Amino acid sequence: MNQTLLPNSLRTGPDSRGRFGDFGGRFVAETLMPLVLAVEQAYKAAKADPSFQKELDYYLKDYVGRPSPLWFAERLTKALGGAKVYFKRDELNHTGAHKINSCMGQILLARRMGKTRIIAETGAGQHGVATATVCALFGLPCTVYMGATDVARQSPNVFRMKLLGAEVVPVTSGAGTLKDAMNDAMRDWVANVESTYYLIGTVAGPHPYPMMVRDFQSVIGEESKVQMREAEGRLPDVAVACIGGGSNAMGLFHPYLDDTSVRLIGVEAGGHGVDTDQHAASLTGGRPGVLHGNRTYLLQNDDGQIQEAHSISAGLDYPGIGPEHSWLHDIKRVEYVSATDTEALEAFKLCTRTEGIIPALEPAHALAYVAKLAPTLDPEQIILMNLCGRGDKDIFTVAEALGVTL
Amino acid sequence: MSRIAARFAQLRAEGRGALIPFLEAWDPDSATSMDILRGMPGAGADLIEIGCPFTDPMADGPTVQFASIRALKAGAAMTHTLAMVREFRRDDNETPIVLMGYLNPIDSYGVERFCTDAAAAGVDGLIVVDLPSEEADLLLPFARERGLDVIRLVAPTTDEQRLPLVLDGSSGFVYYVSITGVTGTRTASAADLAAAIPKVRKVTDLPIAIGFGVRTPAQAAEAVRHGDAAVVASALLDTLSGSLDEHGRATPNTVRLVLDQVRSLAEAVRSARLTA
Repeated sequence: MNQTLLPNSLRTGPDSRGRFGDFGGRFVAETLMPLVLAVEQAYKAAKADPSFQKELDYYLKDYVGRPSPLWFAERLTKALGGAKVYFKRDELNHTGAHKINSCMGQILLARRMGKTRIIAETGAGQHGVATATVCALFGLPCTVYMGATDVARQSPNVFRMKLLGAEVVPVTSGAGTLKDAMNDAMRDWVANVESTYYLIGTVAGPHPYPMMVRDFQSVIGEESKVQMREAEGRLPDVAVACIGGGSNAMGLFHPYLDDTSVRLIGVEAGGHGVDTDQHAASLTGGRPGVLHGNRTYLLQNDDGQIQEAHSISAGLDYPGIGPEHSWLHDIKRVEYVSATDTEALEAFKLCTRTEGIIPALEPAHALAYVAKLAPTLDPEQIILMNLCGRGDKDIFTVAEALGVTL
Repeated sequence: MSRIAARFAQLRAEGRGALIPFLEAWDPDSATSMDILRGMPGAGADLIEIGCPFTDPMADGPTVQFASIRALKAGAAMTHTLAMVREFRRDDNETPIVLMGYLNPIDSYGVERFCTDAAAAGVDGLIVVDLPSEEADLLLPFARERGLDVIRLVAPTTDEQRLPLVLDGSSGFVYYVSITGVTGTRTASAADLAAAIPKVRKVTDLPIAIGFGVRTPAQAAEAVRHGDAAVVASALLDTLSGSLDEHGRATPNTVRLVLDQVRSLAEAVRSARLTA
């Protein structure tokens, strides 16, 4: 956040209208507009205040457990037979995923703004759990909107949120997944403008959220640069992350955007295959449009109606993607590929058996692509993958997919 | 003079406020919604607001979302909404029609082409809910060129500093969102309106329509005592959805029940200034 940027840097976005190229912006109803502007002002002030960063650093270190380790996945590397694979282990954060990085930053901001109630949307439940956690830590009431379909397939996380004192509201509109949860969270926000802070979980939504969540998640990429230099004396050749809304990927990629020697690869959820209508690959299978406050690539039909996404991973099951990713896709700085449900399951098993790490189904998508890429590279080349969440929450889904009754 | 300006001028001369009933295009099917639209002026609608179905109407409550879902299930698309207006204009060249919707279906249609086709079909104004002033430059030039009014939302959260910005480039009328909340949930009190509306009047000469939470004839009458028009949406959609059979299909009562309700709202609006 504090370094001097080159004049032609790719890290200067968004512009004053919250745009990354043609993407981003603030497409919300007038009722919400003053709130969105207030969040932007508050964040600008916090960013300029050294005591805010100091407070955040304290909580990230002693509560979240940062920095997260960089792990050389040696047995996996051998099994794949090619480039060296490193994991950035954000699954070791408190609450088991990268989501808490941004939750901690945002709740400190909400406190500065004098807000007394927090709302959030969640897909897999990781963001909901992280939000409920920081709310418990600071004693703020918390309401989490979660699609009814996701409530059913992520019951351990639902129970966690309730234990932490959050109210979980199942959303039945649409397919009952992340998109619908986000609609209802925005409705709550409109109705409770005075008291409530909307703690968005990904790099989407109206400006300043895509920028702010990216900034808070960039700790992943920043730490990994230092750690890669310590471990290998250089930056990786490739950095890979999975993408739903794209917050873990943005956090990993952003610090590397100006390091042109580093290939950046985002892995979308291919569901049953991007050639079917059952996937969540907005960049591969969508086109630009406007939803949830920003212009970005969306899964939509010819009439501009939003289509339901599908993925085995609830956290990737979203028909849009953060606007900065749409821009990075168009300018071709980041390559976007996809992995199917089946490929992710295979990678899930591979990681568990070779490294003794049960990954969440979300980073299992990233690993599925790493498993294809590594054998095509030389042994001295390095792949860095963000292992952004642990898989405890997914064991029921995986058991079902593997035909095992628990 | 545009149809909207002409209608408000006429009502001002009559010394009364306007009723603006809402219907969702193709809810629950094409023929029923066309019959409702055709019947509205006769039932006392002064202007008509037609909702363009969208999968994710974030600023609306469940009632409008269900109406959208019914319409989309019936196969509604933007071209159908415009076709409805074109057909309505064969018999009625005076009642102003305002389309209300979200940006994405318009964006997907092509903003410029949409403005051209909407104006040609006989649409008079556009309300694009998720297009605040900060983003409105993508629509304003095309709409203005084709004589379409761009009607802006003003909310209780819009402070006096922000008002001029919000009203910049707006025409037709101003839509005052009377509550903080989605459609069909709460209702503003007379005191809320008495405090809020004069602040808007200070910055604009445009007529002010009050919507969100206006459900009953009494509330509609209250709205036109403070503003110039009452918009009623969710209450009419509730009546429509309550008249459907168990498969969600229109029954012989559907059109009549909705229009009867429009009639009783219109009576209340027409007598409001007299009882005030």
